[in-house]
Amino acid sequence: MKRKEFIRNTSLGMGALFLPKSMLYARHVDPSVFLENKIDVAQKKRMADVALNAARSKGATYTDVRIGRYLNQFVVTREDRVENIVNTESFGIGIRVIANGSWGFAATDNLDTDSIAKTAALAVSIAKENARLLTEPVQLAPQKGYGEVSWKTPIEKNAFEVPMKEKVDLLMSVNDAAMKGGANYMNSLLFLVNEQKYFASTDGSYIDQDVHRIWPTFTITKIDAATGKFETRDALSSPMGMGFEYMNARPEDRIKGLAGTLYKNRYDMLEDARMGAQEIGLKMGAKSVEPGKYDLVIDPTNLFLTIHESTGHPTELDRVLGYEANYAGTSFLTLDKWKSGKFNYGSNLVNIVADKTQPYSLGAVGYDDEGVGTQEWDIIKDGTLVNYQAIRDQAHIIGLDHSQGCCFADSWSDIQFQRMPNISLRPGKVPMTPADIVKNVEKGIYIVGASSYSIDQQRYNFQFSGQLFYEIKNGKIGQMLKDVAYQSNTQEFWNACSAIADKSDYRLGGSFFDGKGQPGQISAVSHGASTTRFNGINVINTARKI
Amino acid sequence: MALLNKEDAKALLQKVLAYSTADECEVSLTGVEGGNIRYARNSVSTAGDTSTLSLAVRSVYGKKAAFATINEFDDVSLKKVVKRSEELAQLAPENPEYMPMRGAIEYKESKTYVASTAAITPDSRAEAVAKSIKVTKENKLEAAGFIENKNTFSAVLNSKGFFGYNKSTDVIFSVTTRNQEGTGSGYAARGFNDVNKLDTVAATRIAAQKANGSANAKAIEPGKYTVILEPVAATYMLENMFRGLDARSADEGRSFMSKPGGGNRMGEQLMDEKVNIYSDPFHPDLPDNTWNSEGFALDRVNWIEKGMVKNLSYSQFWAQKKNVAAGPFASNIIMDGGTATLEELIKGTERGILVSKLWYIRLVDAQSLLLTGLTRDGTFYIENGQIKYPIKNMRFNESPVIMLNNVDALGKVERSISVESNRSYLIPPMRIRDFTFTSLSDAV
Repeated sequence: MKRKEFIRNTSLGMGALFLPKSMLYARHVDPSVFLENKIDVAQKKRMADVALNAARSKGATYTDVRIGRYLNQFVVTREDRVENIVNTESFGIGIRVIANGSWGFAATDNLDTDSIAKTAALAVSIAKENARLLTEPVQLAPQKGYGEVSWKTPIEKNAFEVPMKEKVDLLMSVNDAAMKGGANYMNSLLFLVNEQKYFASTDGSYIDQDVHRIWPTFTITKIDAATGKFETRDALSSPMGMGFEYMNARPEDRIKGLAGTLYKNRYDMLEDARMGAQEIGLKMGAKSVEPGKYDLVIDPTNLFLTIHESTGHPTELDRVLGYEANYAGTSFLTLDKWKSGKFNYGSNLVNIVADKTQPYSLGAVGYDDEGVGTQEWDIIKDGTLVNYQAIRDQAHIIGLDHSQGCCFADSWSDIQFQRMPNISLRPGKVPMTPADIVKNVEKGIYIVGASSYSIDQQRYNFQFSGQLFYEIKNGKIGQMLKDVAYQSNTQEFWNACSAIADKSDYRLGGSFFDGKGQPGQISAVSHGASTTRFNGINVINTARKI
Repeated sequence: MALLNKEDAKALLQKVLAYSTADECEVSLTGVEGGNIRYARNSVSTAGDTSTLSLAVRSVYGKKAAFATINEFDDVSLKKVVKRSEELAQLAPENPEYMPMRGAIEYKESKTYVASTAAITPDSRAEAVAKSIKVTKENKLEAAGFIENKNTFSAVLNSKGFFGYNKSTDVIFSVTTRNQEGTGSGYAARGFNDVNKLDTVAATRIAAQKANGSANAKAIEPGKYTVILEPVAATYMLENMFRGLDARSADEGRSFMSKPGGGNRMGEQLMDEKVNIYSDPFHPDLPDNTWNSEGFALDRVNWIEKGMVKNLSYSQFWAQKKNVAAGPFASNIIMDGGTATLEELIKGTERGILVSKLWYIRLVDAQSLLLTGLTRDGTFYIENGQIKYPIKNMRFNESPVIMLNNVDALGKVERSISVESNRSYLIPPMRIRDFTFTSLSDAV
């Protein structure tokens, strides 16, 4: 399948495994290109000023310019061989303007002066063309210019500088461990991202940012030749806003989970592959779950995705207002519920916070893609809906005099819009371990790792599966289960939240590939949580025969 | 500059290929010009244009291969990109599965390019959107929609003599209409190579009818029901199955196409006899590229014939390993239908559910291809051949393989697009027995 088709087929979803849009127009390059000196800031400022001046001269009342260099590296392996090493670079300019009260946008990968000026003029003409379809002119929250500033992900070891041999050797050792542990197949992947983003606007900001992300992952497959049955176990890693130091776990990064080692801040891929190979053997012979109501004790490696779908998406203000109605959907968290100040989203243990500042998180940047400094704010406080996620042209709708700084575009070639910041469940306020949480459960299931996920377009009804399931009986973790999925309604689920472990158990999960918008764009986002219990949740059995 | 004609593309590729000193070399060009408008709340929200052209060079030494790409086209840059790909290939790990490049082939021209679609401008896009908004306002509804057009070309030349050139046009349109109270919602989507076939007014009228008709839906008990899936619903469900028509994952024992005990299900009666699924790039209603980048000419391939698995795709490597002919996965998918209209399918239904659209489908179990997802934008209860009332949306857990075993009737084939990938397919509306709904949703 062509790469573009692959993206079309797997993209545009709602949190699925997508390739970044920047890949669409990306060039395959020599990895040494990644280490070349970045484009000089003064040169980027000159290019940005060409666009700002050209747009102004054509009648734009506001302009912002994003000059982006997006680097991706994938190392793809299976069993004892490298399947593919992909190095891509995408470089171009996106110009967004307001003219006659309407947005217009144009982008090009030709960055000579003439081309930039023409692209700016095209953006203005598109804005003017669309102004006739406008019912209300765009209203931007005020934003002061920051002058010339910069921000960088605080990495310790630039993953793009690590020799390819070291990366390949690591993945080969991981694959070897799984195969020796009894796997039939092993696929592993190392995915690296570096976004070098320059932003300039008529507000007087010139912002240079260098953003790094990393995601190591694998899938172990085991097959029972006699029955033809197969099972998989995915890595328990998390994509992070870190450099290659993520691959070097220290003793304090290992958490003794209720049924095996889990990771905090850093990851041991080799150890996880060894564990995974053992666990998949158990999974093959595990008992198929009896459907019914269970108390679920959910590890952050699973809960992050439930938070993403059931809290992150319905509190996006553009969804609430109807801007995503034709694709990702709207939201059950309508403005009247927020205005009442009393909407009971969850139990009073539930405190959910939005931020783009958390260290190591995927959302962390200094400034968003419309030049607003990043922040932290409450979304759900003691179980009640208190806020949304809003950008400059939405802030006035919820009475804010400023943007919350969560505007993002996945490439220079796409229009920036409201995207989910990190959305995290605050840890429990009283000291509590996962073992304490399980202690009082008579009939429950402990769930680790994310798998299948689906939720309706207003974010009421969801179904999630996982990687590993363990029976909880009379306060103790028991045998492994399989064929488990939990189905619930968002408000009922969060009101069934009965215990949250304290901050010593708090970990980040996340996705590189949150999909939204038309044309579809992806965004990387983290969700923090501690192990949490939900009482009396409906579990279905997913085994079928064809 | 982004779109080159066949002669110019070939001349440029020949010039680049002449710089190569590798064992094998493949050079390719891709150009895209396009634009889009998004609208919501009966008003335009965002709109933009994008233009790109890039050249890729793949150099090979023995079984070591590497790519390099560039978007500058002066002689120095062209030489540089070839040299860079050669240096990279020398350093690449050997790929034991590498297969040699293929030579010149004969292929017929595709019908994927339509001049009128290539001539779409920002103002003609705005006009199409204005017409759609007018319909929703007349119906006292709110519209959110999207229109996007693309003109693309791709050209490939390799050192074994293969040359392929194709240009295509594509326009997609989708609209969701909702009533003011938020109790009713409707949807329509269209995708064509030829913009003259796109009628944004007619599509918006259908969405409006669904929105008004679906207001104040009643809840019914989840369970097994006869359903009529409209093409847009069936397309999304089946798209998840089409991706699995691959021999290797089946032979490896990790696909729904794996045969218990080993091998794949080719030759097995896996579905109802009414099911015929094939690819055909020459189909007039769904033209597609007639060659692929591996250097194969593409023609009709039957995947499922009268419910039997007739073919699976074989990569060159896997075909050689299994000692069979390589069979590339063609890019379009067509499922045969019958002659009945959607209305006639409804008329012939004693009790059942009309599903306008499905949403957020995800794989639950790869072994059985069990999928979960929900109905959306117009779900209706049918009794004695008539739509009786709108019903609330429901979550399903169902396998498309089981579903295609339970085919009761197929209607007239339509060109339909997947709500997730935006890819076009030819798929009939279908009446399916015992489709499994597992819970209710409050979503509208």
